[in-house]
Amino acid sequence: MKTSLSFLVLAAVLGACAPAPQEGGINDPYETTNRKVHAFNKSVDENVFGAFGGDGTGAGISPVLTDRVVRFAQNTGGPSLVLNGILQGDVEGASVNTMRFLLNTTVGVLGLFDPAAAIGLPEQDTDFGETLAVWGVPEGAYLELPVLGPSTERRLAGRIIDWVINPLDKVGTVEQKDYGTIAKIGARVIKAGDASGAIDSVLNDSADSYAALRLIYLQNRRYDLGTTPPEDAVDPYDDLYGDQ
Amino acid sequence: MSHLSRRTMMIAGASALVLPTAGFALSDAAAKEMVVRLVADVNAVISSGKSEAGMIADFAQILDRYADMPTIARYTLGADARRATNAQLTAYVPAFTIYIADKYGRRFRDFIGGAIIVKDAKAVKSWIEVETTVELRGRPGFRMDWHVSDRSGRNAFFNFIIEGVNMLLTERAEVGAMLDRQRGDIDALIAEMRAS
Repeated sequence: MKTSLSFLVLAAVLGACAPAPQEGGINDPYETTNRKVHAFNKSVDENVFGAFGGDGTGAGISPVLTDRVVRFAQNTGGPSLVLNGILQGDVEGASVNTMRFLLNTTVGVLGLFDPAAAIGLPEQDTDFGETLAVWGVPEGAYLELPVLGPSTERRLAGRIIDWVINPLDKVGTVEQKDYGTIAKIGARVIKAGDASGAIDSVLNDSADSYAALRLIYLQNRRYDLGTTPPEDAVDPYDDLYGDQ
Repeated sequence: MSHLSRRTMMIAGASALVLPTAGFALSDAAAKEMVVRLVADVNAVISSGKSEAGMIADFAQILDRYADMPTIARYTLGADARRATNAQLTAYVPAFTIYIADKYGRRFRDFIGGAIIVKDAKAVKSWIEVETTVELRGRPGFRMDWHVSDRSGRNAFFNFIIEGVNMLLTERAEVGAMLDRQRGDIDALIAEMRAS
């Protein structure tokens, strides 16, 4: 049931992909809707994350506790990272994430601790959006999603597929799955609180916070995927007005 | 002056124009050495225990010392720099420096207890890219690259990239939005930046 519904959503998303998507530059045909969602997200950010400690960083919660929740949730996502690494042909990343999942689930008490990082195996973060990028699927249009924030059509399709194929659903016990889901929601709230601290100045001080967040997100996401367009390496001595 | 010698001079003149882009006058080592000094100054500010206002004032001095602010400022005005008067351009550079020092200086409180570490330097296009990592206390750090050139007449950085986020591109978009909000009035933009 869950699966068939997801594929319907996925088909709708892929079918809605804007024509002639470009890598590089900004492809934002849904700007009007996106801006409405942005206004909603800003109010959520102020009201929900502001409530934790006043500064929107979740400072009211013990950092040790928030770290544990985030680590536990990240560990439950381990098999998904391994699967995506394999699908991308990233043998090294998949191996590191396999070792991490085994070590942190056992020695690290179900992922509450991160002994793997201590011995030089940091998480090789990835997602199905990256797998799609490696497979040559274009980035698609820019999207700002309610609560989840900035995204692209390809990233959203990846999120849905990650949710459908999460290998822990197939191998985990009912308890593991339930705690995993709760921890993931908790981790999302904590991380969003963290991020809101870091991008506070973007959201609050910018003359156009929607455009600023869109530009920063796209640059950072392309950097993570290694798809930064060459024209981003600007030379202000050759192109003094930045319009050539 | 003979026709031949005039042509020779024209070729020589053209080569002189091309030379600064064709060859790397600035070495990797010199660019890295500059960033090491810059980072030492920034680290000193971070650990100084000064107030936020004090740190921002120190950061403005560091920008004047190590950054090519006239080039950065002009680039962020984009095509609007073409219609700006010389007087406006002259006034814009120090106003923009205050704005940048304030905006990025405020983030320094996140760095307290951390440090910036210089990693490597390599030639990219016509400049040197110096890679650093910003280590934070109790949180994952991030990568920050500095683009250094001597084309202003001295060694100076003209851009920095934080985890792929390009300062020149981001600030050009922001300045454009600020200018739109001021209905294209460059004098009003300068006044707004001075007040930051």
